[in-house]
Amino acid sequence: MLQQARPSAFAVEAHDLAKSFGSKRAVDGVSLAVPTGSIFGLLGPNGAGKTTTLRMLLGIIDPDRGERQLLGRARPLEAASEVGYLPEERGLYPAMTAREAIAFMGALRGLPLSEGRRRAEAMLEERGLGDWTHKPIRTLSKGMAQTVQLLGTLVHGPRLIVLDEPFSGLDAINQEKLEALIRAQAEAGVTVIFSTHVIAHAERLCERIAIVAGGKVAFEGAVDAARDRLRPMVRLRTRAADGPWRSALPQDARLAGREWRFELPPSGPEPLLRALLAGEAGIETLSIERPGLHDAFVAIAGAAAAEAMGRGGDPQ
Amino acid sequence: MTRRMNPFRAAFVIGRRDYGATVLSKTFLFFLLGPLFPILLGVLFGSIGASVASQAEVTRIAVVASPAELERLQRARAELAAVPDLRELPELRGAALGSDAAALLRDKERPVSAVLSDPFGTPRLTGALGAGDPLAGRVQLLLARANGSAAPLPALAITSVRSTAGSVETARSITARGGQALLFLLTLLLAGMLLSQLIEEKSNKVIEVLAAAVPVESIFLGKLFAMLCVSLTGIFVWASAGVLAVSLLLPAGSLAALPAPAVGWPLFALLGAAYFAMSYLLIGAAFLGIGAQASTVREVQTLSMPVTMAQVGLFALASFAVGEHGGGAVAAALFPLSSPFAMIARAALDEAILPHLAALAWQALWVSLILKLAAAWFRRSVLNGPGEKSRWWRRAPRETSAA
Repeated sequence: MLQQARPSAFAVEAHDLAKSFGSKRAVDGVSLAVPTGSIFGLLGPNGAGKTTTLRMLLGIIDPDRGERQLLGRARPLEAASEVGYLPEERGLYPAMTAREAIAFMGALRGLPLSEGRRRAEAMLEERGLGDWTHKPIRTLSKGMAQTVQLLGTLVHGPRLIVLDEPFSGLDAINQEKLEALIRAQAEAGVTVIFSTHVIAHAERLCERIAIVAGGKVAFEGAVDAARDRLRPMVRLRTRAADGPWRSALPQDARLAGREWRFELPPSGPEPLLRALLAGEAGIETLSIERPGLHDAFVAIAGAAAAEAMGRGGDPQ
Repeated sequence: MTRRMNPFRAAFVIGRRDYGATVLSKTFLFFLLGPLFPILLGVLFGSIGASVASQAEVTRIAVVASPAELERLQRARAELAAVPDLRELPELRGAALGSDAAALLRDKERPVSAVLSDPFGTPRLTGALGAGDPLAGRVQLLLARANGSAAPLPALAITSVRSTAGSVETARSITARGGQALLFLLTLLLAGMLLSQLIEEKSNKVIEVLAAAVPVESIFLGKLFAMLCVSLTGIFVWASAGVLAVSLLLPAGSLAALPAPAVGWPLFALLGAAYFAMSYLLIGAAFLGIGAQASTVREVQTLSMPVTMAQVGLFALASFAVGEHGGGAVAAALFPLSSPFAMIARAALDEAILPHLAALAWQALWVSLILKLAAAWFRRSVLNGPGEKSRWWRRAPRETSAA
């Protein structure tokens, strides 16, 4: 009996997912909630458990523990016709033409083959790739084949797109094109989840992210919230090399050349400024910078890895 | 938005792709030339089968005589049977004095090929005997031995009838063996393809795309039926070529001389097609499950030999069904993988239809069970494993990347 989809504000929900391979725990208690229509990034170093998490969410493998809902369905394959998936290891039948490969991937998701062929031709033409339509996959370059597979992921008009490391193997121009495509899909109301270990893509594209490290979610929330985990960074250059103002700096302040760098103290910029002025620092330049997602990622993923090391587990 | 696919529709999508990819490839022409090899094998197996059959199928004759006369004949038979070249002497079955030869020949419970009456007076052999039938010569030899060398050789009169229960049984057993051999050869030739069916998807990583979209059972079902259709396409071509060759090379009416099976030729052909499909699906589902665990062509090649030997074992088990009604034949019919072979033989020997319906339902049940098990095994050991290098015979945990 087909389970009825429950309407939800979240396209994907996962609670306490865990998966082990032999004695190795690949995913350990991952919980996620991906808002419908958002672009969600799954960030983590290689081996963090991103692919395993995505495969569990899609129903390719079953979790040892935990629950998941994909488009409101507890059995992910029941939502398969509304999902597009680009696996990390790209795969196409080499003898198929580009058009047939796209149409076949649509047919797997319930799209009639004739309609899939029509859409495939239109998609290829739209991107100026009409010459590829009847070319076998084996004659295409790796990047071209990857584009064909991406079009196959979208041909049936999914409500949810899951992309595993979609930017790997693409040159800069194609990475930009892919970013534009992801934005266009999100603007059309499609939920996009992608995994990456390149922070810049997530920073440019995502509204929300989950940072995965050591099989656990170290952080899940808005990109701004991740950045806010780190205190703003202060850069200070003074005319006076020493003096009473030095006591206003935190203990971990670092001197790089003539520039002091340190996290903004919890009391905020006003007390710091007053202390510097009172201590006759002779401020030459003073700037406060908001940390980037990369800084936040290193801080969050690094801490989780260190914690795993402390337990004697795999730091990933 | 697209509709949610049911598993059979998903299997159809997979099967359609596989069928097209196979039949429209250049290598399919070589596949169609494949029977040249099994025809040679068939000749070999046929001669082995005939040899086995000649040892297993002893001709029985009824002897209408007194117990003392029967005893003399049995003793003579035992003496002659000790001579290596005379092992094909007929088995003697006693019949009460005054028994009607025609009635004895019609008796299906105790079938005999011929009836010997009054062996030491005016011996007469009644049966479906052609001119120069070797059975008459063997009976003459028996009589000579039983009479002793000093006595004159009695003249054996021959009464030929159209057919007997024994001769029908012998003819049908030939059809049974022929049907079994054909079914075996076709399955041996064609089901092996399923061993390597998932290698393509695993080597080019398409398996991940398929498994994310449709149930593994649908992938297996689609592949199984695609290969069945490929095989049936081949069989259609070969059968058409065979019919053409027969009509050109053999005189008209030659095929009418073939011994008719118990259920008649039309139903026998229909059951043959059904049992071929079942045998293909049963053995193919098992092969698909085993082959799905292999990651490389080399591994598939390594698996091919034991798998072929297992098929030969199944054929040997199924051969119990011919000329035997005991536990062996029942076991061969019940054991799912040998059941189609056993039942096609039964169709040649026995008129009953209902056992075939039951057998087909039983075999279909096992096809679905084996597919389900194969899919579960694949999901557990390949998809659910940490990576492509996971092997079912090497279960120790491996240090591989989880992401």
